[in-house]
Amino acid sequence: FSPRMATGMQEKQYTPSLLNFFIYNPKFGPREGEEEKKILFYHPSDVEKNEKIRNVGLCEAIVQFTRTFCPSKPAKSLHTQKNRQFFFEPEENFWIVMVLCMFILNYICAEFIDTVYGAVLQQCYSMYKLFNGTFARAMEAGGVELLTQKLEKFFYRYLQTLHLQSCDLLDVFGGISFFPLDKMTYLKIQSFVNRVEESLSLIKYTAFLYNDQLIWSGLEQDDMRILYKYLTTSLFPRHSEPELAGRDSPLRPEVAGNLLHYGRFLTGPSNLKDPEAKFRFPKIFVNTDDSYEELHLIVYKAMSAAVCFMISASEELGREFCEQLDGLVGPQLTLLASDICEQYNINRRVSGSEPQFKFIYFNHMNLAEKSTIHMRKTASVSLTSVHPDLMKILGDIHADFVRVDEDEEIIVKAMTDYWVVGKKSDQRELYVILNQKNANLIEVNEEVKRLCATQFNNIFFLD
Amino acid sequence: MSEEHYLELCDSPVQFENASSVNNVFFDEANKQVFAVRSGGATGVVVKGPDDKNSIAFRYECALKSLCFALIKQNRPVFSFQNGGQGGSEISQVCGEKNATVLGFCWTSWNEIVFITDQGVEFYQVLPDKRSLKLLKSHSINVNWYVYCPETSVILLSTTVQGNVLQPFAFKCGTMSKMSKFEIELPVVTKPAKIILSERDIAVATIYGQLYVMYLKHHSRTGNNPGAEVVLYHLQREGACKRSHILKLNTTGKFALNVVDNLVIVHHQSSQTSFMFDIKMKDTDSNLNIHQPVLPARSIHPYKIALTGPAAVGSQTPVPCELCILFLTFLLGSGYLWYLQVKLKPVVSLLQDKSKLMEFLLRRRDCKMVILSVCSQMLSRGDKGSLPVVAIVFDKLNQVYKEYLEAEQSYTMAVECGPSRGSTAHKRPVRTQAVIDQSDMYTHVLSLFTERKDVSHKFIIAVLMEYIRSLNQFQITVQHYLYELVIKTLVQHNLLYMLHQFLQYHVLSDSKPLACLLLSLESTYPPAHQLSLDMLKRLSTANDEIVEVLLSKQQVLGALRFIRSVGGHDNISARKFLDAARQTKDQMLFYTIFRFFEQRNQRLRGSPNFTPGEHCEEHVAYFKQAFGEQAFIKPVTL
Repeated sequence: FSPRMATGMQEKQYTPSLLNFFIYNPKFGPREGEEEKKILFYHPSDVEKNEKIRNVGLCEAIVQFTRTFCPSKPAKSLHTQKNRQFFFEPEENFWIVMVLCMFILNYICAEFIDTVYGAVLQQCYSMYKLFNGTFARAMEAGGVELLTQKLEKFFYRYLQTLHLQSCDLLDVFGGISFFPLDKMTYLKIQSFVNRVEESLSLIKYTAFLYNDQLIWSGLEQDDMRILYKYLTTSLFPRHSEPELAGRDSPLRPEVAGNLLHYGRFLTGPSNLKDPEAKFRFPKIFVNTDDSYEELHLIVYKAMSAAVCFMISASEELGREFCEQLDGLVGPQLTLLASDICEQYNINRRVSGSEPQFKFIYFNHMNLAEKSTIHMRKTASVSLTSVHPDLMKILGDIHADFVRVDEDEEIIVKAMTDYWVVGKKSDQRELYVILNQKNANLIEVNEEVKRLCATQFNNIFFLD
Repeated sequence: MSEEHYLELCDSPVQFENASSVNNVFFDEANKQVFAVRSGGATGVVVKGPDDKNSIAFRYECALKSLCFALIKQNRPVFSFQNGGQGGSEISQVCGEKNATVLGFCWTSWNEIVFITDQGVEFYQVLPDKRSLKLLKSHSINVNWYVYCPETSVILLSTTVQGNVLQPFAFKCGTMSKMSKFEIELPVVTKPAKIILSERDIAVATIYGQLYVMYLKHHSRTGNNPGAEVVLYHLQREGACKRSHILKLNTTGKFALNVVDNLVIVHHQSSQTSFMFDIKMKDTDSNLNIHQPVLPARSIHPYKIALTGPAAVGSQTPVPCELCILFLTFLLGSGYLWYLQVKLKPVVSLLQDKSKLMEFLLRRRDCKMVILSVCSQMLSRGDKGSLPVVAIVFDKLNQVYKEYLEAEQSYTMAVECGPSRGSTAHKRPVRTQAVIDQSDMYTHVLSLFTERKDVSHKFIIAVLMEYIRSLNQFQITVQHYLYELVIKTLVQHNLLYMLHQFLQYHVLSDSKPLACLLLSLESTYPPAHQLSLDMLKRLSTANDEIVEVLLSKQQVLGALRFIRSVGGHDNISARKFLDAARQTKDQMLFYTIFRFFEQRNQRLRGSPNFTPGEHCEEHVAYFKQAFGEQAFIKPVTL
């Protein structure tokens, strides 16, 4: 036992830590003695070769063995006394395996933990694919060598950013938080996006966010989902400091020289005036199932409004283009951002204060999620305002919902005065945590009904 | 080349005999009729107006020097007045002092007449039965000359030595009111004791419902002045007359003025071209109301007069519109009287700035079809960067549209409230051609535009959204057919996620037709089902539809719970639900539904049994077979 795990055990019964993470393809080394060729990536890299081969072989065997029972649904996870192994086959014959070390004394949450970390594993692949394209394309372009290079480069950093201990129901949903907005302001944003796309015709897709919440996506839903995840958990948190800094702070970006607007690039050149500025943007891959497009990702922000412009990677983007974009988008976006802010404040005043209810809402159809439980989701920590045990109960209710197709409602009496209610209606899920002294089942039911009537009165949500 | 001329003469001019030694031609501005008087009326008077199909002809026994026409319309006899009041034929009236000279007279209504002498004005009522005039009011003032505006019954008198102090009088229903006098600023004061301001340089006209005095200000050629200008003085019923606009001609020479469709047209004789000014069109670079011509000066479209008879030899002679006499609104050529018309189509190609063009067109009388064609044209080209222009144009159209809707609304409200305190009868707002509503845009512009194959769908959607944005901005309720156009276009290009987002933000407003349209999209886009149900729920008048949708999805329990939650479960058909429950082949579900209706029967009628009218016998038999006789609720016997 490493000392770290030992302390973890004392503090919490189930703080998971990453033991192994590897990617293999059984077709690459089918003969004996060539097993190492199957392994495309292995974390930690300093593990002895034979151990790698052994672990990969074990997974291969388990997958093969379980396949005989249910060919359509291969094994997803393996529970051992100390470990959990999660399997995922994102592309044919390519397997990603994540091994977590966790002690679970209490078996209630078992199923939920599978769902959460299964989702985390899938997200690892999606994120890889967003920035690198599919495994198969890399193979076509440069064979195993290129693929292993890409995997190495991406996962070496990415695995360090996995915060396994704070994963919860929101990771399972992988939802998108939408910014509530009135129709008129929304149309103004539409108009803005259309105008920019028209005058800068290189732009293929645009996404518009405010306060880290999505307002418009020109990308398809699945691509937007992962891009949103990247933006909100990685890119935006890295760039949030300048805005939080005071007006006179040196951290504040170069606005003095350009009083016309507050726009700046979050990707690409950090300062357009810098003669040494580099005009390199991250590349992303979208629509990998059909058109398979590689795009430059330009993220531009003015105050709380952020816009992603996506341009075909085959286009050369230089200073001239960036200046043109800055000149066109900067002033408009600055204006729009203050418009949205104003409108948002008006709406908030009208609708009153934040609800006292603690709830998580998710709609599978548009991936809309809303949580009053999570205070702030950053790269490092997901702060929740409720006890982790309550979060686990939410997870279990969700696991129940997954198993059944029909609408249902589950009410759980938790410790002390807490009640947890889960509702599933068509494609929507709602989880409410109530804390009422000496409340009974009927009262709790009434309370949830009231919540639905006030918070969700504009959607079809069965009672 | 015909695209160049934005002014033309009307198709059917009033033709009359040329003025000559035996033929006098008069023009009645009030009735817009030409009088040709042969031999002082002895051989005949012919009266023609532009709208008259037939001319009126009559003979007149006595020699005429001047005519008063006002009563021609009523087919009454003509009154004649001779200078100095010497023996009129019908009614004679001596006016002014002995040594006064009559400068002229004006009819201010059918039975009121004003005489202007060099010593003042006299206002009379005509009493045709008594064949006499009754003096209503008079005012003494030294007069050089006068100008009369028949539309507003305002007379301008030129006073003082230089003639540049103008005294307006307004006449209305037997009253004569003196308005505040004003001075025309003259360019250079040369010899003080001479009349400088000539009546030829002054005109009075109504532009955009306001009365203006137009002064043609010539500049001396020696100075480095750019050229002549027309100075407009805004004449208000009350308050001082203020210099309000300056129209720059940038040239010198002889000019004549017309006002057509609220545009000031200035004809320049030597170049034979005309300038067009719109006083509502603001030049962006100056705050003062200094106007440049809307368009470069152009000549009037040559008019071809078809000659008849052998002399014509089949040729048509274009009339070089060299104009002899110019009246306001009318052009009087030799032997012809034309209306001057503004052609809007050439303006479209000459005025590049779409925003200015739209403003200009919206202020014209016959603008609708031209505006719609400008919209179509603008969209079909799909130039880069045209979207902001499209937005501006839509905003301009919708502003006028909104103003009309508001006027209409307040009219309807006023009518509903009945006669209000004020005695003024509510006037229904006039719908001018400038009111371009959604159905106009849909029929003439948008529906055709969305069919175009040569325009990118991105642009089509952007334009539709821009139109919807503009309507929303002016708080105009968007008609559902526009939404349908958006949905159709999105579906056609498989942009369903985009559609989803629009619905999510309620950009496409809820309606039953829209919800049904969404339902029909479910097979290609499953989330459309949820969107549709949400919409039906928000409508709150579509509970039956929701039940049908849920039943069709075999969500029998869901349907029942929903109808119970809205309190409609006492009126639903038991058979419908039992049918649906049977179809699911779920025994427990059927049991639950059956039991629910048994309980309902019990509650409503005191017995759990179904009535024959409910047609549930088949289900009762099935229930019995599946769960046995003892599973039925026992009727409560009291």
